Amino acid sequence: MKVNLSLNGAQRSAEAEPRTLLVDFIRTTLGLTGTHIGCDTSSCGACTVLLDGRPVKSCTLLAAQADGHNVTTVEGLADGAILHPVQEAFHTEHGLQCGFCTPGMMLVGAALLERNPAPSEEEIRWAISGNICRCTGYMNIVKAIRRAAGLGVEVHSEPVSTPTAGVA
Amino acid sequence: MAIAERPAIGGIGESVLRKEDARFIRGRGHYVDDIVLPNMLHMAILRSPHAHARIRSIDTAAAAAVPGVIAVVTGELMAQHNLAWMPTLSGDTQAVLATDKVRFQGQEVACVVAESKYIAEDAVGLIDVDYEPLQAVTTPQQALDAGAPVIRDDKGATDNHIYHWEAGDGPATEAAFARAAKVVSLSTHYPRCHPAPLETCGCVADVDSVTGKATIHMTSQAPHAHRTLFALVAGLPEQNIRIISPDIGGGFGNKVPIYPGYVVATAASLLLGRPVKWVEDRTENLISTGFARDYHMKGELALDADNRFIGLRVGLLSDNGAFFSDAQPSKFKAGLFHIVTGSYDIPAAHVVGDGAYTNKAPGGVAYRCSFRVTEASFLIERLVDTAAHELGVDAAELRMRNFIQPEAFPYRSATGFEYDSGDYPRAMQVALEALGYDELRREQAEKRTRGELMGIGVASFTEVVGAGKGRDYDIVGLRMFDSAELRVHPTGKAVLKLGVKSQGQGHETTFAQIVAEELGIPAADVAVEEGDTDNTPYGLGTYASRSTPVGGAATAMIARKLRDKGRQIAAHLFEADVADIEFERGRYWVKGSPGEVKTIQDVAFAAYSNIPEGMEAGLEGVHYYDPPNMTFPFGTYLVVVDVDRGTGVVKVRRVVAVDDCGVRINPMIVEGQIHGGLTEGFGIAFMELITFDAEGNCIGSTFMDYLLPTAWETPRFETFTTVTPSPHHPLGAKGVGESATVGSPAAYVNAVVDALAPYGVRNIDMPVTSDKVWAAMRGAGVTE
Amino acid sequence: MFPAAFDYTAPTSLDEVLRILGERGEEAKVLAGGQSLIPLLKLRFASPALVVDIARVDGLEGIGRDDGTLRIGARTRHADVEAARDLHGSLDVLLDAAPQISDPLIRNQGTVGGSLCHADPAGDWGAVMLALGAELEARSAQGTRRIPVDGFFDGPFTTTLRPDELVTSVIIPMPASRSGGTYLKLERKVGDFATVGVAVHVELDGSGRIGRAGVGLCAVGASSIRATGAEQALAGQEPDDALIAEAARLAAAQAEPLADQRGGVDYKRDVVRVFAQRGLRTAVERARRGAA
Repeated sequence: MKVNLSLNGAQRSAEAEPRTLLVDFIRTTLGLTGTHIGCDTSSCGACTVLLDGRPVKSCTLLAAQADGHNVTTVEGLADGAILHPVQEAFHTEHGLQCGFCTPGMMLVGAALLERNPAPSEEEIRWAISGNICRCTGYMNIVKAIRRAAGLGVEVHSEPVSTPTAGVA
Repeated sequence: MAIAERPAIGGIGESVLRKEDARFIRGRGHYVDDIVLPNMLHMAILRSPHAHARIRSIDTAAAAAVPGVIAVVTGELMAQHNLAWMPTLSGDTQAVLATDKVRFQGQEVACVVAESKYIAEDAVGLIDVDYEPLQAVTTPQQALDAGAPVIRDDKGATDNHIYHWEAGDGPATEAAFARAAKVVSLSTHYPRCHPAPLETCGCVADVDSVTGKATIHMTSQAPHAHRTLFALVAGLPEQNIRIISPDIGGGFGNKVPIYPGYVVATAASLLLGRPVKWVEDRTENLISTGFARDYHMKGELALDADNRFIGLRVGLLSDNGAFFSDAQPSKFKAGLFHIVTGSYDIPAAHVVGDGAYTNKAPGGVAYRCSFRVTEASFLIERLVDTAAHELGVDAAELRMRNFIQPEAFPYRSATGFEYDSGDYPRAMQVALEALGYDELRREQAEKRTRGELMGIGVASFTEVVGAGKGRDYDIVGLRMFDSAELRVHPTGKAVLKLGVKSQGQGHETTFAQIVAEELGIPAADVAVEEGDTDNTPYGLGTYASRSTPVGGAATAMIARKLRDKGRQIAAHLFEADVADIEFERGRYWVKGSPGEVKTIQDVAFAAYSNIPEGMEAGLEGVHYYDPPNMTFPFGTYLVVVDVDRGTGVVKVRRVVAVDDCGVRINPMIVEGQIHGGLTEGFGIAFMELITFDAEGNCIGSTFMDYLLPTAWETPRFETFTTVTPSPHHPLGAKGVGESATVGSPAAYVNAVVDALAPYGVRNIDMPVTSDKVWAAMRGAGVTE
Repeated sequence: MFPAAFDYTAPTSLDEVLRILGERGEEAKVLAGGQSLIPLLKLRFASPALVVDIARVDGLEGIGRDDGTLRIGARTRHADVEAARDLHGSLDVLLDAAPQISDPLIRNQGTVGGSLCHADPAGDWGAVMLALGAELEARSAQGTRRIPVDGFFDGPFTTTLRPDELVTSVIIPMPASRSGGTYLKLERKVGDFATVGVAVHVELDGSGRIGRAGVGLCAVGASSIRATGAEQALAGQEPDDALIAEAARLAAAQAEPLADQRGGVDYKRDVVRVFAQRGLRTAVERARRGAA
C-alpha cells in the first residue's frame, strides 16, 4: 500500500506493507535514522516522533496510521542551520551522554513547551515519564528543557575543591 | 604569564561543552542499526524456549522456503566450520549455536539470513525444533547439590562447579573472630540485574569476498580485544579483520562480551559474500546477553569492645549461568571483590568464593560493577549498617570511627590492595553537612513517636578502578595497558587516537582537554578518534572505569613526550640551550625572556619545515601506559526515605552524594556520570530484577517485567565533590564512571531498613519492592 | 517484534465499518489508537487476518454533555479526557484517572473505547467506569444497544461485545447531587500496569448521607470488579470513619488478586483495603466541599 505523509514539512510517499511499523518506515524506507528503537514492548520512548504535533511512540503505530498526517522527527527540529532552543539547551546543559534517547527527549520537550511555555521541574518530569534514559539520570534533561524555556533550576550541587596532596 | 591572561583552552578542570553533541542533537548519531550497506542482508536468531533440553532434530525446510530467505544456519553447519563453540573471555567455551543441548532459555539455536528483518523473523517462526526437555538447574545451591543434572557435559564435566577462589588470610581472620567482643552477620542475595543500555547489541559483518577483509561494525566497548578474539575464534588473519565500533548507545559492560550473533553474522557474511546485519531486539538483549551480579553473599564482621572492626569473613556463591563468559582479569575469578574491606581499617579479612553453572544466560560481570566491586561495596556497607543497628550506635559515627585515616595512605588492605589516596572523614563530613544530618535525625526521632516511617541511609564506599598493571591484570592473556597516539599537524591542530572507546562518557571532549592541558593546543583543535581498529593503537577498551586512569594517563604521557620534543625544536628556533627553554600552556620561551614566545603552533610547523639537524621530522608518537597501581575513588552517599505504612511504597526524599575521583578533567561530565550511576543504583535497589521460575523460564525479559526508572520515580540528586588526587596517576585523576552504581544501592537499602529498624527489621533483599516492604512491616506488626 | 502479515482497511464511514464487521468480525481486529492492539501484534500474541482502522470515521471522537449524561466518543484519546476538565470537572474520579493511564506518549494516541474493549484486567478505565455506573453504546449493522459496563467484562481480554459490533461511545450519568471521587493506583513505575487500582465515586444526598457509592477495582481479578459489597454497605449511610473502614474491608474481601511479580494475594488485597479507605475519605471530603 502507498503511505503518503508530511515528514518534517516535506511531502513523502512510499510503499509499505500494512504491518510495517511507522518507526521502520521512517528509518528504513524513508532513511531517517535519528528515530531509534530501544525495546519491544512500547516501554522506552526511544522511537518518539510528533504526530500532528503530539509526541507518540512510532514503534506502536503502523505506517498506515500516519497516512495523511504530519510527522516530525528529530531531523525536523532545526530550522535549516538554526537549532531549536531545545537542541541548544541539551548541549549547553549536558542533557545527553550516549545520545540514544535524546531525539525522543527533545521532541517531547519541544512539544511540551508549545503548550506550556514555563513548565515546572515536576511538569517536565511528568511529560518525559514515557521516555527512558540510562545515562543521565534525567537531572540535566530537566535542566535542558527548563533552559529552553528560558528558566533555571534550583541548584543542587556545589563543587567543593580543596587542594590536598600534590600530583605526581 | 599572569593567570588573568591565560587563554581558555579547555584544559583540565574546565566544564567544556561536548564536541560529540553536535551530531546527536541533530539525530545524526551513527549507531550500528543506522548502517546500511549495499546488498546487505538481515539476520534473525531462533532461541530456545527451554532452559535445559536435548535437541533431537531441527527442521529448517519451511523457513528456507520463505521468499526472501537466503540461508538458514544451524549448529551443525557451524560445527562443520569449527565454529559451533567459541572461547569465552574467562577461559571457558560457549556455544555459538546449540548442537547437542540447549542450556538456558533464550540460547541461540539457529539463524535465518534474509532480505529484510521482517522476512527473517517470519522465517524464524517456521523453524521446527524437536526438544527433549531436561530438568533445569535454577539456583547455584541446587547446581552444587549432589545428583544435580550436569550442565556442561559438553566438556566432560561431572558437576556444575566452576571455580574456587580465596583472598586474604584465613588463620588471621579466625583469630580475630575468636577474640571478638561482637560478631554481626548478614546473608544477602545481590539479585540478577541487567545493564540494559538503551541501544541493544548488534553488528554489520561485511566480509569482502575478493580481498578477504572482514569489516565488522559492532557495538563493542573493546574493539581491539574483540578483533584479536575474532582472529582466534574464526581463524581469520588478524590483519584482515577490522572492527569498527561507531557511536554506541550505552554500554555499561553489556557490550564487552562476544555474543554468538556476532560470530554467526560474520560467518554468514563470509559464506554468502554479502554484508549481514544482526541487531537483537530487547527481549534477546535481556534474556541472553551479559547480565550482572547474581551473587549470594554471607558477610560477618567482628568488632572489639570499642566498636572497632577487627575482622571480616565473607562467603560467596556466584551464579554464572550456563557458560563462564565474564570479562574480567584472568587472575581474579571473583573480579576485584576483595576490595570488600572498603573504606575501613580492618586488619584481617578472608574471602572464600565459589562459582557454579546454572541453566540461565551466562554473564555476571557487567553493569558498572568495576569487576564485582558493586557486590563487595554493597555487602560491607549493609554489614556496617547492620552492626550500627545491632549495637544501637549511629551509622555515620560507626563509620567515622573505623575509617582508614588520611595519614594512613598509601594503605595496604588485608586482602592485598594498596589504596593510593583518600580522605574518607572529609567526604563524610561534607555529606553530613550538606544533608543537615543532625536535624534530620531529630525529625526522624520525632516522627517515630507518631509511628511515621522515615529512614536515613549511609554508604561510604571505596572502590578500585583502572585495570591495570600488566603483571597482575590481563584478559585472556592480553595485558590491560592502554594507549594513546598523538599527531600534531603542521598548522598546530592535533589528532589523538585512543585504545579506549566511549559509549557516552564524552571522550571526544575530555581526552582533548588532557592534550590541551599538557600541550596547550586548544581542546577545540584536538580531534579524538576511537573505535576503529585500523586507525587506533591497541588498547583494552572502556569498562570498569579504566579510561581515565589508563587511557588518560597514556594521553598525558604522549602529550608530554611531544611537549619535550617541542622543547628541543623551540631551542633550535631560539638558538638557545634546551635547558633554558620554559614551557607553559602552549608557549615556549627562553628563561629570562618571557616576552618573546614561540607557540606550540609555531613549533608544530617547524617540526615539518625547520627541524634541527639529526632530528626526525614530525611531531607525533604513541604511548602505551602500564599503570603502576589501581586508583581508588571514594565517597559518601546519604539517602532519606519515607515509607507508606499502608502500601509499603518507598519515596526517596533526598539523595546527597559526595564523590572524590581525584583531579576531575571535566566537572560537568563527572557530575553527569554520577547522576546516571545514582539512577542505575536506584533502579537496582528498588525495581530491577531478572528472575526465573522452577522450570528456568526467565521473568524479566522485556521492559514490562525488567523495570527501569523514569524521570518521575527517579529522585533529584544533590552532588558534591572533594578532590584527593591520585599520587601515581600523571594527572592525579582516578576513574569515576561506576562510583555511583557501586556506592548507592547500599545507601538506598540502608535507608529503608533504617526506617523499619525500630520494629526489628534488619534486612530486605533487593529489589526493595513495595510488597516486600509491606511484608516486613506486617511481619513486625506495623499497619495502617 | 514485528507483526505477522495482515490485510488492512480504513473505512471512512461507520456503516462501512459495521458492514465489514458483520462479514468478517470473527477474523478481524478493530484498530482505534493501537496502543493495546499493536503491542499484541508485535509480540505475535494476536495474528488477525484483517485489521479495521476506524481512524477515518467521523463522529467517534469528542466529549460532550447530553441530557444528564457525559458522552465520551469511543475514539477519544486518554489525553483528551485529561484535557477536558471543564466538561467533566465534577467527576473527580475521571479527572484523577486520566493522567494515570500508562504514560504520556501512550495517552496521546490510545483511546478510551479501545482500552475498554481490550479488557485488560488491569485496565484503569474498567474500574473507573464501574464506579461511575457507565454504559457503552454498541452499534452493529443490526442496530444499537446499550451495554452496562457492569457486565461488559467477561474475563481477561474478553467482553460481551459481539464480533459484528463496534463500541461508539461511553455514556456516564452525571451526578444529580453533590459528588466526589478519586482514583488511586499503585504502580511500580509509570507505564507499568496497575498493581492495584481503586476507583471511588460518591454522591451525597441532601442530608449528607451517601446517596450512591461506586467502587471499582482493577488488577485484582480476572476482570475489573465492582465492589458491590462495599457499595451496598455505604448506600444510605452516614459516611463516618467506621463505615468507611468497614466498606474498605468489604471491597478487599471482594477482590480476587493473583500472586505475581507485583506482589502476593494478601498484599494486593490489603492495598485494596488501604486504597478504598483513603479513596472513600477523599471522595466524601470532596463531595462535602462541592456544589450540587
